[in-house]
Amino acid sequence: MAELKGWRDIPIGGMILEAGNAVQYPTGTWRAFRPVFGEAKCIHCFTCWLYCPDSSILVDPENEKMLGFDLEHCKGCGICAAVCPVNAKVQREAGETVERDDPRLCIRMVEEGKFQE
Amino acid sequence: MATKLALKELIKQPMRLTPGHRLCAGCGASIVVRQVLMAIDDPVVVTNATGCLEVATTIYPYTAWNVPWMHNAFENAASTISGIEAAYRALVRQGKIPERNVKFIAFGGDGGTYDIGLQALSGAVERGHQFLYICYDNGAYMNTGIQRSSATPMGAHTTTSPAGKKIPGKQQFRKDLTAIMAAHGIPYVAQAAPSHWRDLMKKVRKAVDCGGPAFINILSSCNRGWRHATDETIDITQLAVDTCYWPLYEVEDGEWRLTYKPKEKKPVEEWLKRQGRFRHLFRPENRHIIDELQAEVDRRWERLLRLCGEA
Amino acid sequence: MSKFEALTGNDAVATAMRQINPDVVAAYPITPQTSTVQKFSEFVADGLVDTEFVTVESEHSAMSACVGAAAAGARVMTATSANGLALMWEIVYIAASNRLPIVMSLVNRALSAPINIHCDHSDVMGMRDSGWIILFSENAQEAYDNFIQAVRIAEHPDVLLPVAVCQDGFITSHGMERVEIYDDDEVKAFVGEYRPQWSILDIDHPKTYGPLDFYDYYYEHKRQQVEAMENALRVIQEVAEEFNRKFNRTYGLFEAYRLDDAEVAVVVVNSTAGTAKAVVDQLRAEGLRVGLLKPRVFRPFPAKELVDALRHLKAVAVMDRAISFGSMNNASPLFLELAAAMTLHGVQIPMADYVFGLGGRDILPREIESVYRDMLRTAETGQVERMVTYLSVRE
Ligand SMILES: Cc1ncc(C[n+]2csc(CCOP(=O)(O)OP(=O)(O)O)c2C)c(N)n1
Ligand code: SF4
Ligand code: SF4
Ligand SMILES: [Mg+2]
Repeated sequence: MAELKGWRDIPIGGMILEAGNAVQYPTGTWRAFRPVFGEAKCIHCFTCWLYCPDSSILVDPENEKMLGFDLEHCKGCGICAAVCPVNAKVQREAGETVERDDPRLCIRMVEEGKFQE
Repeated sequence: MATKLALKELIKQPMRLTPGHRLCAGCGASIVVRQVLMAIDDPVVVTNATGCLEVATTIYPYTAWNVPWMHNAFENAASTISGIEAAYRALVRQGKIPERNVKFIAFGGDGGTYDIGLQALSGAVERGHQFLYICYDNGAYMNTGIQRSSATPMGAHTTTSPAGKKIPGKQQFRKDLTAIMAAHGIPYVAQAAPSHWRDLMKKVRKAVDCGGPAFINILSSCNRGWRHATDETIDITQLAVDTCYWPLYEVEDGEWRLTYKPKEKKPVEEWLKRQGRFRHLFRPENRHIIDELQAEVDRRWERLLRLCGEA
Repeated sequence: MSKFEALTGNDAVATAMRQINPDVVAAYPITPQTSTVQKFSEFVADGLVDTEFVTVESEHSAMSACVGAAAAGARVMTATSANGLALMWEIVYIAASNRLPIVMSLVNRALSAPINIHCDHSDVMGMRDSGWIILFSENAQEAYDNFIQAVRIAEHPDVLLPVAVCQDGFITSHGMERVEIYDDDEVKAFVGEYRPQWSILDIDHPKTYGPLDFYDYYYEHKRQQVEAMENALRVIQEVAEEFNRKFNRTYGLFEAYRLDDAEVAVVVVNSTAGTAKAVVDQLRAEGLRVGLLKPRVFRPFPAKELVDALRHLKAVAVMDRAISFGSMNNASPLFLELAAAMTLHGVQIPMADYVFGLGGRDILPREIESVYRDMLRTAETGQVERMVTYLSVRE
């Protein structure tokens, strides 16, 4: 938490002059599940990037690559995994219910407590 | 040239809503905002009605907005943007500020739009201000703890339309706000859903270029209020569209057009059964509510098809 | 060159608006304010101003649009009365808290219910804690002069607060008077160009206006408003001095009329002060030492200055067109505040409150005279006969 300022040291009227400074606020601590890459290869379709409510899919725009997850902010909602077309394909091909943390997936949702590097 | 509506191109756009906001995990509101702002290449100025989106994105001293943004109150996002837009025109006309092709966008929840802010919205579009009003409709007053609004689907449990022993959830059908806005005769009105992102973004582009006031009603899941898992947001939104509870269409200069027709219209039950707010409807004594809801969905869908020349 | 014109109070304010040429006006009709915006619409229609006139669908939207436009760095004005102000209420506070220099012509009218279109001060008294600067005007000339000064006060970097300029509904707003209208260029030069420090239209420096502000900072923002109000007391006087020099007037925080050697005085705002002056003259002709104090600035409340102006008296009556229901003795707001100021400054003078003129009830010179005569008796006996009197209400 930033140090609290006195009334003389903040802009008047409640204005916030520093656009987008919410990036300094870590929402990653909310997470109960963590998105991690599985075995299936990412096809860099950016569907996860489009739907992540927390803009927490890291991408390399120049090389058009999906890089991973911004764990400072990711809240672990699992939308990225749910919309991932590769996950859907794995699911279809498995012919059985595939758990959210199945290693065969592209994006897996792993319980934070169980997560190991 | 406008950015191509391809994700490979859109990832190159500057981030207009940053992470670090405090919307719940899996909230549809930020997905809607991201898609809306992503679609617009020009500079934008945003107003935001009180509600989850406003509250969670600007907790002082933090703001998730990388664009000029103002919250005034709950019911006045439309009148506030009309003041800003009027100021812009006056200042540009007098040469006090440069013309920048600014797009003015107001965001309001269903409570701030269907209910308490309807008058301000009606007035602002009638006056012809050039702005786009986006209603992110999550079907209840979520910010104050899931109270019913006039956008709440019939039968839904909310904290002010609880599923009780005698009264099983909300008694009324949803107000058809999109049609009300179309009746204003403004150049562009549409209904969209983030599950159909390209459709949504095309609509936003048409809206901001229509040369007058525009309104888009966008379905926005709230997993807390709808009671579904956080990762089902997009799936359940898609079902709302495929059951025709939430048809995708536009009204451009008075011409109604369906922009998406489900291959197979699913029973509304498919959408209901995925959400805890409708759980009580599946008790035998409440079956008739599902039937009534289905009948109303059918009635509105048929009417829409007729208006769109599809029937 | 200035010229004299026969104008109503509303026309005088509309004329000031034309001369100031604001960027945005958002207003909604309500008696007795309506003729201001009607007149101003004519100026817009005739191309005499560069203003965007936003013909909102309600006063709530009027103030909301003003807030948006002011955040955009525009010079912004509105006008309203009573129920219109009441409908704006929520946004009245927001305008002040967001530190937006909006100028409002407030044509005082009784609040409902029962509905009534005539003058009293219940409307403005309700906004006294909202964070707006409030100026009173005795007549059309003062309404005009105050309106011009209000722009400078509101926009002063040490202030940045909205200003309401009051005048009495119908009595001033619709009464035709001789008003000195200054040269357009001189008014323009006096108000100057508005150079806002911040604007929501500054695309390259995006700012967030109106965030959610919890216990960790909300209080600091309120403390800033206190500072702005304190600064306003100084700025109002500086602006008045400049205005007086330029236009040959005598504005200050209040007007003292035959007060220096008076033994008793009446304190009253707006048009009734004019009537009271005539009563003072008449009683003075009888050799009675009576005077008048007419506050011009009500917010910020110039407590010390008012006390200093009154401390030599033997009795003071406050006359006010409003009741603070349920307050001590159901007194008037002006009385309560002035009495507190006197007491806290260690000045113990018998004081009495006279509520009058609610809902436009006429106030006659002989009634004002009776107030003076009460005070003269009090001055002799040292006794206040009744703390609060409801003048000319039928039993
Ligand atoms: C005038 C006023 N009345 C009530 C409220 C309380 N309030 C704040 S947000 C809100 C509900 C917002 O609902 P909606 O517009 O649907 O947005 P959501 O929170 O669902 O995203 C309410 C009732 C308020 N802030 N202002
Ligand atoms: S789990 Fe949710 S917040 Fe985290 S990266 Fe995936 S979509 Fe974004
Ligand atoms: S309560 Fe619902 S709408 Fe509000 S932030 Fe949470 S998920 Fe979003
Ligand atoms: Mg809602």
